[in-house]
Amino acid sequence: MLIIWPGCTSSERAVSRSSADWFLPTSQDRIQYPSTYEPRSYGPVAIVNATIMTAAGDEWTGASIVLRNGRIESVGTNVDVPEDAAVVDGTDKFVTPGLIDTHSHMGVYSAPGTAAESDGNEAVKPNTAHVWAEHSVWPQDPQFPLAVAGGITTAQILPGSANLIGGRSVTLKLVPARSVQEMKFPGAPYGLKMACGENPKRVYKSKGGPATRMGNMAGYRDAFAEAENYRTLWEKWRRDKTASPPERDLAKETLVQVMKGNIAVHNHCYRADEMMQMLDLAREFGFEIRSFHHAVEAYKIADRLAEAGTASSIWADWWGFKEESMDGIPENAAILTATGARAIIHSDSGVGIQRLNQEAAKAYYAGLAAGIPLSRDQAIRWITANPAWALKIDNVTGTLEPGKMADVVVWSGDPFSVYSTVESVYNDGWLAYDRAARNPAWRTDFEITRGVE
Amino acid sequence: MRAALQRGRAWLRFGASVVATVTLCAATNAGAQTTALVGGSVYPVSGPPIENGTVLIAGDTILAVGRDLEVPEGAFVLDVSGKVVTPGFIHANAQVGLIEIGSSTIESRVNDNHVAAGLSLVDAVNPASQLIPVTRAGGVTTVISVPTGGLISGQAIALSLSGESVDDMLVLAPAAIVGRANRSARSYAGGSLAGVFSRLRTLFRDAQQYRDNESEYDANRLRELSASKADLEALLPLFDGELPLLLTANRRSDIEAALRLSEEFEFRLLLRGGKEAWTVAPKLAQAGVAVILDPLENIPTYDGLQTRLDNAAILSSAGVSVSFTVSEEYNPRLLKQQAGNAVAYGMSWDDALRAVTINPAEAFSLDSILGSIEQGKKADLVVWSGEPFELSSYPEMVMIAGQEASIRSRQTLLMERYRDMLSVGGNQ
Repeated sequence: MLIIWPGCTSSERAVSRSSADWFLPTSQDRIQYPSTYEPRSYGPVAIVNATIMTAAGDEWTGASIVLRNGRIESVGTNVDVPEDAAVVDGTDKFVTPGLIDTHSHMGVYSAPGTAAESDGNEAVKPNTAHVWAEHSVWPQDPQFPLAVAGGITTAQILPGSANLIGGRSVTLKLVPARSVQEMKFPGAPYGLKMACGENPKRVYKSKGGPATRMGNMAGYRDAFAEAENYRTLWEKWRRDKTASPPERDLAKETLVQVMKGNIAVHNHCYRADEMMQMLDLAREFGFEIRSFHHAVEAYKIADRLAEAGTASSIWADWWGFKEESMDGIPENAAILTATGARAIIHSDSGVGIQRLNQEAAKAYYAGLAAGIPLSRDQAIRWITANPAWALKIDNVTGTLEPGKMADVVVWSGDPFSVYSTVESVYNDGWLAYDRAARNPAWRTDFEITRGVE
Repeated sequence: MRAALQRGRAWLRFGASVVATVTLCAATNAGAQTTALVGGSVYPVSGPPIENGTVLIAGDTILAVGRDLEVPEGAFVLDVSGKVVTPGFIHANAQVGLIEIGSSTIESRVNDNHVAAGLSLVDAVNPASQLIPVTRAGGVTTVISVPTGGLISGQAIALSLSGESVDDMLVLAPAAIVGRANRSARSYAGGSLAGVFSRLRTLFRDAQQYRDNESEYDANRLRELSASKADLEALLPLFDGELPLLLTANRRSDIEAALRLSEEFEFRLLLRGGKEAWTVAPKLAQAGVAVILDPLENIPTYDGLQTRLDNAAILSSAGVSVSFTVSEEYNPRLLKQQAGNAVAYGMSWDDALRAVTINPAEAFSLDSILGSIEQGKKADLVVWSGEPFELSSYPEMVMIAGQEASIRSRQTLLMERYRDMLSVGGNQ
C-alpha cells in the first residue's frame, strides 16, 4: 500500500503536459517517501491448546489460532486446525498480539550509541517540524532484533524532545531491512512529535528561547499561526492558479497536515497542568492530540483526558529522574483506565522495550494492590490494542481477531510473570523470532561477528 | 557499627492497606521486646527454606530461626501464614541518600578532583530523601551508596534505610574505594583506556611511595606525587585488604587489565559493570573477584559488544559471587525485578536471592550482621505478599533493626489523593 499524500489529487496528476507550467503537479503533489514493505511468505501455522489473550475482551484457555497469508484466519476455543498448517503445541503457553510501542528511538539513537549514531534531536531551533525521523533511521541498529525478542512487532520511532516541535515520527514493522522504507508500516499515518516543559526551555534558554513554559506555549502558537496562513496561501493558489505556486515550506506543510487531521500529534508532556494547556492549544488550532507521552501526572487529570479522547503513553514506574517527573506513581495506568481514559505503556528505552509485558504487569498489579478494579484484558491492551489505536493502525493490528495481521507472540507462560520469556514472534505471519532456533532470524550487519566461532 | 536500637514504638502494624490489618498492642516487658513472625515460608539464605517457620527477634537482633520454635511468653506474635519472609535486600551500587532528583540534586561527586579517594559521602547523606521510603517499599533495607564521576570517585558507604540522622543510617563508612576503568573514565586520563590504566598504576605506586616515606613526604623531601595527601592516605587501606577496590570495567580487555592491576598491588577487587565478565568467568572465580552487575544490560556498545542477558547465570554457574544493581539510580526499588529476570535468563533462584542478600553483604564485609536470617544478625526482614521476585508480589512489612519501617511514601499519598478524588476504587 502506498501512502499518497493528501493535497495530491489524481486530477492534478493527470493534467496535460501542454498546459502552462503552473498546471504541472508540484513536488508536493508527488508520492512522498512511500513504504516498500512487503510481507514475507510463510506457510500456514496453527498454535494449538494455548491460553490466548486476544486484547479484544477474551482470555481463553485450551484455545487455538491459525495464521495464513499474513492474516489471522481463525482464533478461539473451537477452531478447526487446517491440514496444511504447521502445528505448534501451545500447551502451558500463552499467546498475545504482537506488542506495539508508541515511543521508541531505535534507529535514530542506535547502538552502539556513539556521537556518530546520535540522529534523534535536530536541536538547532525550537521548531523543526520539517524533519522526518525516518530520514535518520538506521535499519542495522542492533536494538531492533532485541526488541523483537521481547515480543515487539511494531514501534513508532520519534524524534527527540529537545524541540517544541521535533518533527515527524514514523511507524515501523520490526523486520530485517536494507532501508527504512522496507520497514514502514503500510498505510500508517505520520505522527508529529511535540515536547512540553523542561527539555525545550533547557536547550534554548541561551539560544534565543524559549526560556520558560510561557515561552514554550508562545512558540507552539506562533508555529501553528504561521502554518494557518500558509494553508490559506496554498488553498487560494490551488483555487485560482493565477500565479506561480507559493514557495514550499516543509515545516508548515507538516503542521497543515496536523490541522487537517492527517498527522497525529504525539506530545511529550509530564505535568498535568501543562497537558491541560496543550489541550487548549489543540482547540485553538483545531487539531487533536492523539497521545500524551511520558505523562507521569496523567492520573491527576484522568477524567479530563477521558473527555478529550487523548491517550496517555506512560511508563509503569519511572519517576524522580527530573523535576517534572517527581509525581510519577505506579498506579497511573490503573487510575486512567478505571476513569475511562486510554492508557498505553511505552518504553522510550532500548532496555524497557524488551520487556514491555513486565511493565504492563507491574502497572496492573500496582492498581490491584491499591484496590482499583482492572481486568487482565485491560492490562494487555496497554501494550497492544491501545498503542495500535494511538498509531491509527488498530483496524489492522493490535488484537487477535480474524482478518487482522498475523502479529502474534507465543510466551513460555503468563506474560504478566517475571519468569516468562518470549518463545516466538510472528510478524505478518513471518517467524521473526524463535528462541529455540540455532540461528536468529535477524542478525544485523553490526552484529555479524557475534557468536561466530 | 550497628544502627542504634530505636525504642519506644508501642505497636507494630502488619499488612498493606488492601489486606486485613492486624494491630497488636505492645507487651510492656522490661528489656528488649521480643517479636515472633510465625507461619511464613522463611528463606534464611544461610540454609534451606523453612515452611511454616518462625523467626524470633529480640530488640534489633535475630534471636532464632527455625521450625517449631518455642515463642517466649509476652512476645508480639505476627501471623505471616501464606507470606514469604526473606532478609532485607541489599542494593550493591546505589545513590540512595545522595540524590533527590536524578538530573538536578546529586550530592555524590566532585568535579574538580579526578582522584577523589578521600571523598567521604557521610556529610551529604539526607535521611529525609523522598527516595528512601520508595526504595524500602521495594524490599530494600540496605544500600551501598557510591560516589560518581572521575577516575577515583571516592568512598562508598553502607546505609541502612531507616533513621532520622545519618548516624542512625550508617552501617559502614568507608565500605570501598570506588574507581572507574571504563570508557566514561577516559576523559579524566588523557582520553584513552591506556591512559586510564597508566594513571591508576601511577597513582597506586605513588600511594605506596607515600606510605613508605610519609615523613619525607611531610618534610617536602619527596618528588611530587599524583594525588593530594588526603587522597593518597585514603588509598592505603586497599594495600592490606582492609577495603576493596570497587572498579568499573566492562570490556573483556578492561576486565583483564583490572585483574592484572589488582594482582600487581594485591588488592581485593570488586568488579562493577562487567558487561563482558561472562567471557572470563573461570578467571574471575579463580581470583575470587565478586561482580556487581545490572542483569538487564544487553545493548551492545564499545564498552561491551558481547554483553548478554545470561551474564549473571554464566558467572554464578562458574562460582563467581554476583550482586545486582539497577542502572536507573532513581529506581532502586526494581532490585527484585532484576533478580527475577536473572532467573528468567538462566540463573538459579537461590543464586538470585543470594545476589540481593548475602553476596553484597560478603563483598562489602557486612556479612557478620547482614544478608541472612541467622541468630545474632541485625533484624532486617521483609514479609512479602507472595513469591518475592514476582511482579504480583510486594512487601507487606519491612522490618529494619527489629522495627517496622514505613513503606508509605509521597507516591502512596498522591495515589490515594487522586484515586479517591476520581472515585476509582480503593478500600475506603
